[in-house]
Parts: sequence; C-alpha cells; structure tokens
Amino acid sequence: MSEIHPPLIIVEGLAKTFVLHNADSAQIPVFKGLSLEVGPGECIVLAGASGVGKSSLMRSIYGNYLPTAGSVRVLHDGAYVDITTADPHQVLEVRRRTLGYVSQFLRVIPRISTLQLVMEPLLENGVAVEEARERAERLLSDLKLPQAHWDLPPATFSGGEQQRVNIARSFIREYPVMLLDEPTASLDAENRAIVVQLIRQALARGAAMIGIFHDEDVRDAVATTLFPVADFRVAA
Amino acid sequence: MNALSSRIESTPLLKVDGLTKWYGHILGCRDVSFDMRAGEVLGIVGESGSGKTTLLNCVSGKLPPSAGSIQFETSRFGMSDIYAMSEPDRRRMQREDWGFVHQNPRDGLRMRVSGGANVAEPMMSLGGRHYGKMRQATIDWLERVEFDTGRIDDRPANFSGGMQQRIQVARNLIHGPKLVFMDEPTGGLDVSVQARLLDLLRELVRDLRLAVMIVTHDMAVARLMADRLMVMKSGQVVETGLTDQVLDDPQHPYTQILVSSVLQI
Ligand SMILES: Nc1ncnc2c1ncn2[C@@H]1O[C@H](COP(=O)(O)OP(=O)(O)OP(=O)(O)O)[C@@H](O)[C@H]1O
Ligand SMILES: Nc1ncnc2c1ncn2[C@@H]1O[C@H](COP(=O)(O)OP(=O)(O)OP(=O)(O)O)[C@@H](O)[C@H]1O
Ligand SMILES: [Mg+2]
Ligand SMILES: [Mg+2]
Repeated sequence: MSEIHPPLIIVEGLAKTFVLHNADSAQIPVFKGLSLEVGPGECIVLAGASGVGKSSLMRSIYGNYLPTAGSVRVLHDGAYVDITTADPHQVLEVRRRTLGYVSQFLRVIPRISTLQLVMEPLLENGVAVEEARERAERLLSDLKLPQAHWDLPPATFSGGEQQRVNIARSFIREYPVMLLDEPTASLDAENRAIVVQLIRQALARGAAMIGIFHDEDVRDAVATTLFPVADFRVAA
Repeated sequence: MNALSSRIESTPLLKVDGLTKWYGHILGCRDVSFDMRAGEVLGIVGESGSGKTTLLNCVSGKLPPSAGSIQFETSRFGMSDIYAMSEPDRRRMQREDWGFVHQNPRDGLRMRVSGGANVAEPMMSLGGRHYGKMRQATIDWLERVEFDTGRIDDRPANFSGGMQQRIQVARNLIHGPKLVFMDEPTGGLDVSVQARLLDLLRELVRDLRLAVMIVTHDMAVARLMADRLMVMKSGQVVETGLTDQVLDDPQHPYTQILVSSVLQI
C-alpha cells in the first residue's frame, strides 16, 4: 500500500539519550539511528522488553519527548511537518487534526463529565454540539460504558473504565495517524475485542498506526509489522 | 471566525524583545524575548524570586522596563510599542484590550463598592450608558463564573476568597479583552476551591479564545492551562517549549529539579 500512497509517518535517524543533570549528569542512552515508515492502513507494533524504549519512541513521535538527533515527519494537510523542529503552535495544530495519542492512563480533568471529555476533540474541530453528542454516546455505548457514568467526571472510575473513556476520546476523532501505548492494558477480554474492532475500523479507513500491546491476542489481531526496538539499542 | 480554524492564530498579538528590568542593583528579569499569538496560553513558571511577576508587570504596562520593547496589536492603533504610547492612550488600551487577574483579589477589586458594581464598572468606564443592558450583562457574567447572583449587592469584603476571585475574573472578562494577564490566580485559595476555579478558567479561556499569560509556581496549574511554558531562574528564561514536553522531558538542570520536586502531575 505504501508504494501507492506516501507514508504518513517517516522517522529517520532518530536517537534519544536522557541526561539527568542532577544525578552527576548521568546519561541514559535509549536508541539511536532508528528509522521507520508507516503508510495508510498499516499498524506497526513496537516490540521489545520492558525498558527497551518503546514508549520513549512513541513520545518522541508525538513531540512529548525531545529526541537527541534525527527527524519525525508527519503528513499534515498534504505536507510533511518535522515534529522535532516545528514550533509549539504547529505541533499543537498537528495534534489537533492529524496525530492522536492514547496513553495507558487517562489524565483526568477534574469536574468535566465523561460525555463532555469525549465530545471535546470533535468540538475543537468544529463539529456541531448535537452531532458530537450523538457520536460520543454511540462510541461510549459500543465500549459498554454504563450510561449512568456518562454525566460523571471519570476521576472515580475503575482503571478499565477510565481506559475506555481514554480510548473513546481518541478514536472519536478518526485521526489519520494514531499512536497507541498499551491501550488495552487494563481491559478484560470482551473489552479488548471491542478495541481490536475499533483499531481495525480505523485501519480500514486508511489510518496509519504505531502501537504497543503487551497482549499477544491483540497484537496478532492488528499488527501488519513487528518492529523490534532493541535493534536500535545503544550499547551501554 | 471559522469554526474549523485553529484556536491559536498565526499572527503575533504580542512581541516582547530583550526585556530587562533592574530595581537599582537588584535584577528583576534580563533579556527576555517571546511572541504570543491570539488564543494562546503562555505559562510562566519558576521558583520564588525568579522574576515572574516582574516580567508580567513589565509586559502588562504596569512597570516600565529598564531596556527592551513590548509591542501589542492594539484595537485602535494596530501593532504599537506600549511604552511609546501616550499615557492616556495606554491606559485606554489596557481597559479595552486587556484584563489582569491578581493573586490577591484585594489588588484587583474595589472593596468599597458591591460585587455587581465591580463587574459592571469596566463597561461603564468604556462608555456604557444603558443601565438595563449593563445590569443584564453583569448578571450573565456572574452566572458564567458560577457566582450566586442573589449576593450581587454585597460588598467583596463579605465574600469568601473563591467568590472574590470569581468576581475578579468576571470583572476582567466582561469587556471582551484579547489578552488577559494572571498572576497566580488560584494561589491564595483552598485546594478544592482552587480546582473548581481552574476548571472554570480553562473553560472560559477556550470558549472565548483568549490569549493568556499566566504566572504560576504550580506545575499542575501549568499543565492544565498552558499551551506553552517559559521556565525562569534568576531573572532569565532557561527553557521554553510545548507544555507537556517541558514537564515530561525537561532539558535544563533547573527545570529537571523543578519538575522532579513535584510528586504526581
Ligand atoms: N522522562 C524520562 N526521563 C528519564 N528517563 C526516562 C524517561 N522516560 C523513559 N526513560 C528511560 O528510558 C528507558 C526506556 O523507557 P521506556 O518507557 O521508553 O521503555 P518501554 O519500552 O516503554 O518499557 P515498558 O514496556 O516497561 O513500558 C528506561 O530506561 C527509562 O527509565
Ligand atoms: N519593587 C521592588 N524593588 C526591589 N526589588 C524587587 C522589587 N520587586 C521585585 N524585586 C526583586 O526582583 C526579583 C524578582 O522578583 P519577582 O517578584 O518578579 O519574583 P517572582 O518570580 O514573581 O517570585 P514569587 O514566586 O515569589 O512571586 C526578586 O529578587 C525580588 O526581590
Ligand atoms: Mg512503555
Ligand atoms: Mg510573583
């Protein structure tokens, strides 16, 4: 597919070393010389042991971590934006319309209801309130979040419930590029299957994805390629 | 504005260049430069005495800097150096285009007139004459900041800190400013009151597409409110960038200490 369509993500020569200035400037080298491309409909799954740098790579692609070297280009409005050098406004704009990220934990905003949280990405993109509400309700039902929870802020929800809110908030937007860092970690088998469905739907409409999944069932169900991050480990 | 357009606009609203302030031999801030755009929330963080309030006061026209320039896209004159304007023009521009929310409500409110009058006053000073309309706008704004309108005629001294702060917020937003300065707007409040006020501020800033320059020493406040952060130490900016990047992968030794000294953010 990537022969016909240009890649949505191009990572080239990426390196990340953490420098802990207040611990004798200890260096934590994570990876270097890392390159990958993801085209529409592809789901690259990052593989490797705990601590190998899967999340650090994903966060570097999102602009949350600052890589030490290399570039991360994301296709946004028909042109590539290098997330590692773009100014903050531009990164926010790419995140608003192109690049979605599901982390393992929901960052709860106190007092804002679940429904409102899920509607928010649509409202920010100019979708009318009624349509946003309908789509949010449909997705929360699909994810089997009890209706009694919808008007409450998710602060008191169980881990799995919060995770489903988190997933709804990201999948509702139908981002062209999605980064998924263990989105199924605190879910039971039934809910994992629902998330697998959502991922497959997104791939079918042409989304490019990079995922981290500890669960092998999920990985086998969605991965188009396995990417071993350890191949780019820096010899310590 | 097109509903699909970005919350943050592409043209600069404010340009600060080489701003330095000395208090005699004491340094307030040194060589600070940055731009702000319409709709952008810029957070200023740093330890006590690092120059945050000095910077905010210089930029907001309250404290003439020792060196450097501050240009603002004024409604009347377009992009102008705010300290090159005449004093009356500058004061008028501050009333029309800006708001300033102080940490201590007593610095931002008139304690001798009612809460309602505090909120209505900016409209009157900008030439509002229609009593009925102004009263309605005042009530609308008090509701918006979730203030009990039954107490509209009480004086601020009889209100709790959280209520006073809501009055101050309404007073500073009612005239439709483009840029609002906030110095530790939730600093003096109980934690629970603080959380509610922050949510309210966050909602208002988004709905009104306000540009905000907010000073805080609280990293959770910074994360919740700001698009972008500037970290100050000893009067200088040591790091700047996207809020989550500065907090999750800080580069400067001082920022690393600042972030690691907070438990869960
Ligand atoms: N913000 C940070 N500051 C300093 N070091 C970090 C930071 N984030 C990650 N690291 C370090 O980078 C290395 C890679 O961590 P990372 O979280 O990317 O691993 P991972 O492959 O996602 O592991 P896991 O499967 O356990 O989630 C680890 O040594 C970790 O301690
Ligand atoms: N009016 C003044 N006269 C003399 N020195 C001053 C004056 N105002 C501030 N300073 C000094 O300038 C430096 C910066 O102070 P500033 O109030 O800007 O810090 P800040 O970052 O806002 O601190 P805080 O978090 O405690 O409010 C400090 O050393 C302070 O003592
Ligand atoms: Mg990880
Ligand atoms: Mg101060």
